[in-house]
Amino acid sequence: MNDSASSHGTIDGVNGNLIRVTFPEAVRQNEVGYARIGGLRLKAEIVRVRGRQCWLQVFEDTSGLKVGDPVDFSGELLSVELGPGLLTSVYDGLQNPLPELAEQAGFFLERGQYIDGLDRSKVWAFSPGVQVGDTVRSGDAVGSVPEGMFTHRILLPFDWRGEFTVRDISPAGDYTVDTVVAKVEDASGELRDVKMFQSWPVKKAIQAYEERLRPTENMSTQVRIIDTFFPVARGGTYCIPGPFGAGKTVLQQITSRRADVDIVIVAACGERAGEVVETLREFPELDDPRTGRSLMERTLIICNTSSMPVASREASVYTAVTIAEYYRQMGLNVLLLADSTSRWAQALRELSGRLEEIPGEEAFPAYLETVIANFYERAGLVRLRDGSEGSVTIGGTVSPAGGNFEEPVTQSTLKVVGAFHGLSRERSDQRRYPSIDPLDSWSKYPSLVDDLQLDETRRTLRNGRDVEQMMKVVGEEGTAMDDFILFLKAEFLDEVYLQQDAFHDVDGASSADRQQHVFGVIHRILTTPLTFPGRDQARQEFVRWQQMAKDWNRTPMEDPGFAEQETKLLSSVEAFRTDS
Amino acid sequence: MHTLYHGIENIVGNVLMLRAQDVGYGDLAEVSFGEDSSLAQVIQLDGDKVYLQVFSGSRGIPTDATVRFLGHGLNVPFSEDLLGRIFDGSARPRDGRPQLDAEPVGVAGPSVNPAQRIIPRKMVRTGIPMIDVFNTLVQSQKLPIFSVAGEPYNPLLARIALQAEVDVIVLGGMGLKYDDYLFFRETLEEAGSLSRTVMYVHTAADPTVECLFVPDLCLAVAEKFALENKEVLVLLTDMTNYADAMKEIAITMEKIPSNRGYPGDLYSQLAARYEKAVDFETAGSITVLAATTMPGDDVTHPVPDNTGYITEGQFYLRNGRIEPFGSLSRLKQFVNDKTREDHRKIMDRMIQLYANYRSTEEKRSMGFRMTEWDSKLAKFGGLFESRLMDLRVTLHIEDALDTCWQILAECFEPDECGMPSELIEQFWPTKESGAIAQESSGTP
Repeated sequence: MNDSASSHGTIDGVNGNLIRVTFPEAVRQNEVGYARIGGLRLKAEIVRVRGRQCWLQVFEDTSGLKVGDPVDFSGELLSVELGPGLLTSVYDGLQNPLPELAEQAGFFLERGQYIDGLDRSKVWAFSPGVQVGDTVRSGDAVGSVPEGMFTHRILLPFDWRGEFTVRDISPAGDYTVDTVVAKVEDASGELRDVKMFQSWPVKKAIQAYEERLRPTENMSTQVRIIDTFFPVARGGTYCIPGPFGAGKTVLQQITSRRADVDIVIVAACGERAGEVVETLREFPELDDPRTGRSLMERTLIICNTSSMPVASREASVYTAVTIAEYYRQMGLNVLLLADSTSRWAQALRELSGRLEEIPGEEAFPAYLETVIANFYERAGLVRLRDGSEGSVTIGGTVSPAGGNFEEPVTQSTLKVVGAFHGLSRERSDQRRYPSIDPLDSWSKYPSLVDDLQLDETRRTLRNGRDVEQMMKVVGEEGTAMDDFILFLKAEFLDEVYLQQDAFHDVDGASSADRQQHVFGVIHRILTTPLTFPGRDQARQEFVRWQQMAKDWNRTPMEDPGFAEQETKLLSSVEAFRTDS
Repeated sequence: MHTLYHGIENIVGNVLMLRAQDVGYGDLAEVSFGEDSSLAQVIQLDGDKVYLQVFSGSRGIPTDATVRFLGHGLNVPFSEDLLGRIFDGSARPRDGRPQLDAEPVGVAGPSVNPAQRIIPRKMVRTGIPMIDVFNTLVQSQKLPIFSVAGEPYNPLLARIALQAEVDVIVLGGMGLKYDDYLFFRETLEEAGSLSRTVMYVHTAADPTVECLFVPDLCLAVAEKFALENKEVLVLLTDMTNYADAMKEIAITMEKIPSNRGYPGDLYSQLAARYEKAVDFETAGSITVLAATTMPGDDVTHPVPDNTGYITEGQFYLRNGRIEPFGSLSRLKQFVNDKTREDHRKIMDRMIQLYANYRSTEEKRSMGFRMTEWDSKLAKFGGLFESRLMDLRVTLHIEDALDTCWQILAECFEPDECGMPSELIEQFWPTKESGAIAQESSGTP
């Protein structure tokens, strides 16, 4: 940590994790300061300035702080270190590596313990990518190091303006992250050092790219209801609101394993520690089906669980998205999963309450919407200066109070995301997983399958539901045969396509090809006009087909049984085609 | 250091304001007046103004009371001698015995490093079949018992305190009726379980502020025991009273309320307590069971709602029984494959059959004709309720699993009970033990 404080102040008041400090010299809004207590330094961030006093929110427990205690200002905004070694790490919201903290402090997270985000002693095999005399700009690579299965580009700091001429570049070799690997000259002739890492303020988006593109390419999650019905595009945004117990976290975990992206960043923000532990302990053991290597190699975990300090919970989502943007600058596709954004919004609410700001709806601050919008807007598909494309996709869960979506966080999120996967308590109670509501959810991104067919299927589902509602009133006997068949078809679609057994090796992971193929067959069945002698027989047949289709779902596509089962299913449906 | 201060400037609610120097945030102070004294805690510093929250309430405090700052935060004496003792919300003895002379430990300490947590691995046997068989409690789990006023959640907790196979029980009462406190004390005394129990009890008549410290005291003590290799079970009742105490104090402090008057940090406050549940890889563990009454039986009320997002499942206590539907132990799959090979299968099948029984009951109440299968289900439902769901039933998990098989055998033929054949072969009760059963079930 930086010990050269730029100025000092003294504490004048303490209220929860908020301290009021009198400062003699200039300070910056959102500058980081450290409150000193005994031998400890507690990290804090300026959140308000009034006259010669500023308010800092402390990222730690403030017990024992006294009026008159000194505060050191760093002159820097809250930043993260960006460089090789980020992947496979487990950080808290302020980028302290948790396993290393455990080695130092044992079972508990004692306050005032900070460790560099990047290991200063580890060496990386650097290969230069530029020559003396080359012209470079911010975000351009001066070389690269291998990081696991990726080529990690060493980039010129993002906040350097203008063009630079390379004056010195290190030869290939093993260096630590704080080694100067290049020296470049700016327009005024001053030499600047380029290290293998740089710091970046977390609340500022990295924009060292050529242009932003519209996200259109499907990001496969291997979950049928998502990829086919409510797709997410690479570089897009989506949210998953749902009451407790509806399966938000399981869905996030499945996505973190199966999503077709290069890097997954899991931001466990204010949720149960136990859930992170499952990821922590299981990922190193699991293989990434795409590469055959350990899943952990493409994963980074930012973990600020519910009992960790609230102020760093707010910082954790920004830390995560900044690291995501950094890897996007290397032409990689990054998925950021934030669980849960409601807890982050609650952290904002707690701070706002202590600052005695005028509250908005449900006491959330009036700027909640802007803050949420700014966060999701950091996702995106970009074209870099070297022509390659990279993306950051953001998926956030929302935990609405009482499971009611009419609350400020859900509503503010819905305005800015591209897809909405609403989880329903009703479906999870019926064990219909994933419990994404097929009628309420929506997506603005293109699907894997044909739009017209998808519309037809959606209509079947909606009309089938209407029939079901009606049937509850008039009974099966009072329902016309055609309507009854429509109901059975909707039920069939739900059972065999929308529902998926996440824990089955084959059914749990449905590739894009497979989805297109299976959807075609299902669509054909749904559009086949059918006639049955009676309701009972219709029901029996559909139950039988469901069983056949479910077995089919569990058969690998390359298995000879796959085609066989498909033919069997189709021919038994054909037997009931009207006029056959 | 221990300067005495006089001259209180403001008294608002339970909060005093006076001017003092060199006071640490969160420090304790002793407020003395006449013969009385009370502890108080620094809750805000504003220049030389110090705001103190008085534990026993501000009633009768004169403006010239003497205030002495103790120079440390809230702590609780800890030693093995705590076992068998009962304290109040300020950790003063409630059992007439002298204060414990032991090393004080701080309360509400830092949280456990997530990187040091492990995947849960051991079950907590409670002897209650609806828990052990159907929703197994797991070491390091945090589970609420969602209930409504009038339900026997306190007797249930007392039963668990008696029967649970753990080393130490820490029982925290918040806003407990005095009768309930006596009930807990007597029940534990009679069964001789008091010797492995420590109780922190705040009764409904005690000052509200003290209610706030009960969970912290319990969990601080539990944490120390766990670090000394003890398996600890923390029982808290009732967390809704705790949340209401927070609400009361937040509102008198003029904090902006968020939902139904509760403070905006309700989630964080509850989570900080529940997340103390942990299994230390190289030491003991803390498991938390907390009764949470749902005002108006409404699970979307802020207290049960926030709790549900924090805990790893929930038990619903309704009509004097632990509901098989809705109740959920999210961690049970980590342990119920290690009990007995039939556990998972029979657990699922019993619940499915019970669900069928419920729909049969609906059919019956609407006056539909009952088939032979319906009558079998009806018999099954009755036996399930009396032999397993009844809260008075105490069975070891192995016996409880055998009881499941016995019930199946009394109601169904082996081929219609829906269990896998290899398990039927192994566990179906033999003719001798099931002779009466065979007779009474008749032939299909």
